[in-house]
Amino acid sequence: MIRFDNVSKTYPKQNRPALDNVSLEIEKGEFVFLVGSSGSGKSTFLRLILREERPSTGEVHVLGKDLAKLSNWKVPHMRRQLGTVFQDFRLLPNKTVGQNVAFALEVIGKPRGTIKKVVPEVLELVGLAGKQDRMPGELSGGEQQRVAIARAFVNRPMLLIADEPTGNLDPQNSVGIMKLLDRINRTGTTVLMATHDQAIVDQMRKRVIELDQGHLVRDQSRGVYGYQH
Amino acid sequence: MRAQFVMAEIWIGLRRNLTMTIAVIVSVALSLSLVGAAMLLNSQVNQMKGYWGDKVEVSIYFCNKNNQKNTKDTPNCASGEATQAQIDAVHGQLDKNPLVQKVYTETPDQAVVNFKKQFPDSPLAPYVTADSFNNSLRVKLTNPSLYQEVASQVEGQPGVAKVDDQSAVLKPLFNLMNTAQWVALAIMVIMFGVTLLLIVNTVRVSAFSRKRETGIMRLVGASNFYVQMPFIAEAAFAAVVGAVLASGMIAVGKYVLIDMVLRKQITLISFIGWGPVIQVMPLLVVIGVGMSSLAAVLTLQKYLKV
Repeated sequence: MIRFDNVSKTYPKQNRPALDNVSLEIEKGEFVFLVGSSGSGKSTFLRLILREERPSTGEVHVLGKDLAKLSNWKVPHMRRQLGTVFQDFRLLPNKTVGQNVAFALEVIGKPRGTIKKVVPEVLELVGLAGKQDRMPGELSGGEQQRVAIARAFVNRPMLLIADEPTGNLDPQNSVGIMKLLDRINRTGTTVLMATHDQAIVDQMRKRVIELDQGHLVRDQSRGVYGYQH
Repeated sequence: MRAQFVMAEIWIGLRRNLTMTIAVIVSVALSLSLVGAAMLLNSQVNQMKGYWGDKVEVSIYFCNKNNQKNTKDTPNCASGEATQAQIDAVHGQLDKNPLVQKVYTETPDQAVVNFKKQFPDSPLAPYVTADSFNNSLRVKLTNPSLYQEVASQVEGQPGVAKVDDQSAVLKPLFNLMNTAQWVALAIMVIMFGVTLLLIVNTVRVSAFSRKRETGIMRLVGASNFYVQMPFIAEAAFAAVVGAVLASGMIAVGKYVLIDMVLRKQITLISFIGWGPVIQVMPLLVVIGVGMSSLAAVLTLQKYLKV
């Protein structure tokens, strides 16, 4: 699903690499936490998978494709097979919940009949049945994140990438979101989640990858957040 | 691709950016009307040059029957219409002259055809016959300023009614029109520059104000074309409106300036009709849309990355 071979990334005008010689593999259907303090290289790791950045050296394979060999115009098609969720939800404030989810399908040219059918389905899946016509501003943070997850998942991606999805939520809402991500994972979708939330990582007991100053320092199945954090 | 969705996005973009859109439309309209004006000026010059104007410097007219009746202006024609032998004699001399580059002959019948071509609207056209014209030789010189040497060689020869220095009559007028054309072109280039900068800026602001939307589009895997299309279509739409305005301005300009004023005051010159004006209009749309789309595409390369 995802394979990093000796990947390093150095941004221009910076001495220390953001990622330094990282190699790892994530299999289909896994649920993986990506942990590490700020500046440890988590964001760079995710950006490389989304091909928003290219590695300085090494190879990144996503969904069986070498991203270095993927031409620019094929990148959008690659991204259609990934779902992405962020800490700040990234919803369109002037569109309803249903329109926000539908937007993801409209811009990749899905027919209207399909959109009408799958949007309510996915909203029900994330626990927002009946809230299709509400505006994002009327929803709680947890609900907004559910809309974002619905939008990421509506296209049934093979891989869901979540960058601190619970970062703006209270513990109760965070648990709800984690349950939802776990459910999505059980449908066979690989989930890669970057997080700072120790309680969640400790509770879920999934695979944990830890980065520190660009180095891969831990890769542990059924891990916890950290030894001494 | 869903047309309705795309149209809605374009409409939102245009409305959100209304003042800039108006500025682009006005600026496109002004620069395109200058383009149109320069083109029409060009066709006016060509029309005035007529069939021979550009090709020859010296016209030699031979006597016809009318010249014989009125020998005051053409004393050389007292002996009657020029014979073919006389014409051939002059033609032969010119062919030997090293200053002469080429000699064209024009019979009265050809002259009628050329006249009708140049002055199709003239009230005289139906009454013009071959009798109104002379046999003539039209001479192109290797060096136009040595006109006098050729003229003096053939002037006064049997059968020659009149020798005209064509360029002396028309040159100042053409020079004026050429200057006007260059001025129009220069202003046009500056206006184009301003318009391009304005379009670049408008597209940039538009792209910036919709960063959230385009970010999400990229996130869910919308193709570059799909992400950029609304912006390009906005620029193209503004250009079409501008081109339509420019076409209107040109039509009004031609009607007021040529039909209402010039045509009544200057009857000697053949002015352009509606034909060239209507031909210019679609060209303006093509130029406007091409220019603004290109500017938009180049801007988006920089401000809307994959």
